[in-house]
Amino acid sequence: MMSIDYQTLMPLFVAIPLGMSVLVQLVARRQRVLAEILTVITLLLLALMSCYSVGHSGIYHLGGWPTPVGIDMRLDALATLLLLAVNIVGLAVSLYSVDYMKLFSARSHFYSLFLLMMAGMNGVVLAGDLFNLYVFLEVATIASYALVAFGCAHEELEASFKYIVLGSLSSALILIGVALVYGITGTLNLAHIAARIAENGKDIPLLLAFGLFICGFSFKAALVPFHAWLPDAHPAAPAPVSAMLSGVLIKAVGVYVLARLAFNVFGISANELGLLRWLGLLSMVAGGLLAVGQKDIKRLFAYSSISQVGFMVLGLGLGTPLGIAGGLYHLVNHAFFKSLLFLNAGAVEYATGTRNLKHLGGLDRKLPVTAATSLVGSMSIAGIPPFSGFWSKLIIVLACIESGYYAFAAAAVLVSIVTLAYQLKVQRMAFFAVLPEALQGLRREPPMMALAMILLAMGCIALSFAVFTGLREPWLVGAAAQVLTAGIFGN
Amino acid sequence: MIYSLCLLLILIGLYGVVVSRQTLKIVICLLIMDHGIHLLLLLIGYRRAGAPPIVDPAISIAEFAGGAVDPLPQALVLTAIVIGLGVLALMVALCVRLYERFGTFDVTEIRRLRG
Repeated sequence: MMSIDYQTLMPLFVAIPLGMSVLVQLVARRQRVLAEILTVITLLLLALMSCYSVGHSGIYHLGGWPTPVGIDMRLDALATLLLLAVNIVGLAVSLYSVDYMKLFSARSHFYSLFLLMMAGMNGVVLAGDLFNLYVFLEVATIASYALVAFGCAHEELEASFKYIVLGSLSSALILIGVALVYGITGTLNLAHIAARIAENGKDIPLLLAFGLFICGFSFKAALVPFHAWLPDAHPAAPAPVSAMLSGVLIKAVGVYVLARLAFNVFGISANELGLLRWLGLLSMVAGGLLAVGQKDIKRLFAYSSISQVGFMVLGLGLGTPLGIAGGLYHLVNHAFFKSLLFLNAGAVEYATGTRNLKHLGGLDRKLPVTAATSLVGSMSIAGIPPFSGFWSKLIIVLACIESGYYAFAAAAVLVSIVTLAYQLKVQRMAFFAVLPEALQGLRREPPMMALAMILLAMGCIALSFAVFTGLREPWLVGAAAQVLTAGIFGN
Repeated sequence: MIYSLCLLLILIGLYGVVVSRQTLKIVICLLIMDHGIHLLLLLIGYRRAGAPPIVDPAISIAEFAGGAVDPLPQALVLTAIVIGLGVLALMVALCVRLYERFGTFDVTEIRRLRG
């Protein structure tokens, strides 16, 4: 079999979903089935390509222009990890949306926007050029603004408007940062910026640019106090969109870019690491405490996302190899189990028509696949051994203790207990309570939705085996963490 | 000095976004912010008494690079303007749909999501 040169794969990660997004609109506008088939095939192809890119790394020069002149795409272990998370979760969500989107009209637009969002996220992960990163960031977030408003009901429009205003503000901050960085270093290539910053040090304008990047990307990652859009946008969106937003978008365009810029481009100092740690702590605690009192399942999961992103940023903010490994491992875990939980909430809403926990109950017999996968997801996120969430939280807590931040470690453990509390609340009220009168005649979930949820649950369980290669170097995550701890980009 | 004026324009837009009660005014103020940022990006490439960045075969490359304004920020601003256009179209469509649903442009009355 001819081996495929991995460098030609890199632009295809963006080109294929971008092209298919247009093709779906042209070809499949009337025939919904064709749109669905094209989308699922595209995502299957993307997932296979991201599996193939494991272990490879390299730089692709767009258009053949050499580096100082042209735009680069970089693939390294960290990008591979994110590509795997984004594309595999995207595959499961696309399978799910084949059945779930029966509740909506204009479905070819949905698939088109979904593929556009995938193209944008892949582009952000692979970007080696600062402005290219900004452009793909905008592509992904504009697609997500439209997807949040997809149903055009009251809540969705209000949530999307709030999201779009705050998202535009954060993109504006990021663009000011890009302008400042270009003005000072004279280049947009990430590796060259890193080299110039390493030579000349970080003076005030660069610190300002870095601060603007932290603010802008913290908006995208929904860290407290920049989180105000998330509890409205994620519940209001259709369930597959919520799964994509909460599962991968806030991480691919938020946490990943923050880590990339902080560690590899600007070079992070102790003060800035402290800032990340405190942002992480604040998000963990605020998100967790606010989640406990929620009655709407998806709003509870949205606050939970804020809390878990806090864990990730706390892990990254420790700066030690163990901490970074913990943060990245939690990122991948969260992609899988949060998407799974949102897909479960969507299945519950599809079957019962409500998201209010007070009106639900006893669904474990009516929706068996949902209940089983929800149990897997809940135990993972709550950190119950031997599921994947336990290992990533353990690594983060151990890294906190190893660095001497005992208070942060104690807070992480307490927030894990709070996470267990609200997950048990969801499990009890939605699945294990007595079935109310109104829900007696439910059907089971449709087959594609069940398949997607089982796929993600298997992914969660598979991730818990990733620590078999060692607590300090989980499989794939260890290599990714090394990219960050290696510091500023070499050439 | 001129960068501070750009920053002033950005801050005026930001003030407008925070204070405006109507959705369309918020959209317009976001646009003002975008204009300020594009101006900032363009002015970073500016050189006083610089020539337009079009290569003239008569002068050498080094002389050209020393005398012309930087063309890269111009390309960046073109891209940013197009992105801003896309976002503007989406925001205006949302404002129209919001008016259809809620019957008002007033942001303080569009508050169904709480908690």
